[in-house]
Amino acid sequence: MALESALKQRSFGETERQDAWWLQPAATFAGLAAFVVYSTWAAFQGEHYTFGPYLSPMYSPELWGNSHHALFGPPPGWWPSFLPFSPAFLILWAPGGFRFTCYYYRGAYYKAFWADPIQCGVGEPRKGYRGENSLPLILQNVHRYFLYFALIFIVFLSYDAIAGYFFEDGFGVRVGSLVLTLNVIFLAGYTFGCHSLRHLVGGGLNVFSKNPIRKTCWDCVGAFNRKHMVWAWLSLFWVGFTDFYVRMCSMGVWTDLRII
Amino acid sequence: MSQVEFKVWRQDGATDEGGYQRYSTEITEGMVVLDAVHQIQAESANDLAVRWNCKAGKCGSCSAEVNGKPRLMCMTRMSDIDTSRPITIEPVRAFPVMRDLVPDVSFNFEAKKKIKKFKPRKPDSEDGTWRMQQVDVERVQEFRKCIECFLCQDVCHVLRDHHKHDEFIGPRLLVYTAALDMHPLDEENRLEDLKEDQGIGYCNITKCCTKVCPEHITITDNAIIPLKERVASEFYDPLTRLFKVFSS
Repeated sequence: MALESALKQRSFGETERQDAWWLQPAATFAGLAAFVVYSTWAAFQGEHYTFGPYLSPMYSPELWGNSHHALFGPPPGWWPSFLPFSPAFLILWAPGGFRFTCYYYRGAYYKAFWADPIQCGVGEPRKGYRGENSLPLILQNVHRYFLYFALIFIVFLSYDAIAGYFFEDGFGVRVGSLVLTLNVIFLAGYTFGCHSLRHLVGGGLNVFSKNPIRKTCWDCVGAFNRKHMVWAWLSLFWVGFTDFYVRMCSMGVWTDLRII
Repeated sequence: MSQVEFKVWRQDGATDEGGYQRYSTEITEGMVVLDAVHQIQAESANDLAVRWNCKAGKCGSCSAEVNGKPRLMCMTRMSDIDTSRPITIEPVRAFPVMRDLVPDVSFNFEAKKKIKKFKPRKPDSEDGTWRMQQVDVERVQEFRKCIECFLCQDVCHVLRDHHKHDEFIGPRLLVYTAALDMHPLDEENRLEDLKEDQGIGYCNITKCCTKVCPEHITITDNAIIPLKERVASEFYDPLTRLFKVFSS
């Protein structure tokens, strides 16, 4: 008897599980949806993304823009006049693509947004399935290229974090300095635990003893990788909060308290 | 001691519709689900079929779904289960039922035959032996812990819900492939098979397999994703291929 005919397709949500299995996908949906809505709104604002030495991570690096952080000066003339301009539009595709193609997030949003499956051991809404075996999801294999950009971004964000300690009156530590520092720490923890990075630094090897440096790198990335989910959520939340903090300070709603 | 109600799946062969039958039995301290099933078998259902062997979580025989979760019945304590409601016990869902709680798991052994065998490099010594460093074999030793309970195959939605048995070998056999492919002595190339015949692209990284593994093998992160990355390097990454051309 063929396996296909011997097995039954369960209906959507059908399960014998008695626990609150819906809670995790619901929380993932709410968390990711909230971030996408906020980051899209923040990107379209195009203002209040700097405050003193601080630059919002959603606008960093600022390639072209009106702040003193802009690397290449004011908004470019080649930008179509019928499109709204925001420095965030020029760079957000890279960290966005990195997260969208991330192995952890893929598993999470396939469950929360596509219900494919909505939870382990729970019936699915669709019978057809192509997975990442064909278009469009086969394009997820581009993840390592987004990783290259993410690593470059860590350099820029590290510079921003250090710059966040140097004010007009010299060196100092303010709440914003710590917010920006934590931001790059969390993002680095997430980026350095990337599965693609783990493969590239040593995962492709079978004989580690002949490549001790790559083995050490593989171990280090593996250490971050074990908590990849935690770093992913921590960094996601903190990026949003850092932008919000800079925005609030820039708008004069919050005061950036000096610690030292 | 308390009287607990069970809903046990009864089915007479793969063509039978099957259904739950209610049983009640007395649960005492220290019992596991398999003990309860054996007690039901002795008291009220002498013809109830259940596969078991070691009762120590090492043979992988008594895989089933307890309250909808893939579990080894011998390792699931009754004290960890809410007994205020009837406890459901059903066979694993990714394979046809032979009878009651006994599935036909022969798919796994047939699919395993299609995986290219271990192909060691030439012996390091004239006496036909090899030398390996512990640091080189540590990685694959994790995969050797597998007891072939097939709970990971059961919970994988590609097999369980989409029935892609002809195109996808499932997490257990991807772990087996990883053990071979990452072995320091092995020289075989299995990447094309993984991509074309064994359907590694079907895995969408839900990590359900990792969650149910009784041996705590990090199936997704340490076996499947590294294999996916190897396939990506071989077939989807022009820069890596270019680098290989120049470096060779």
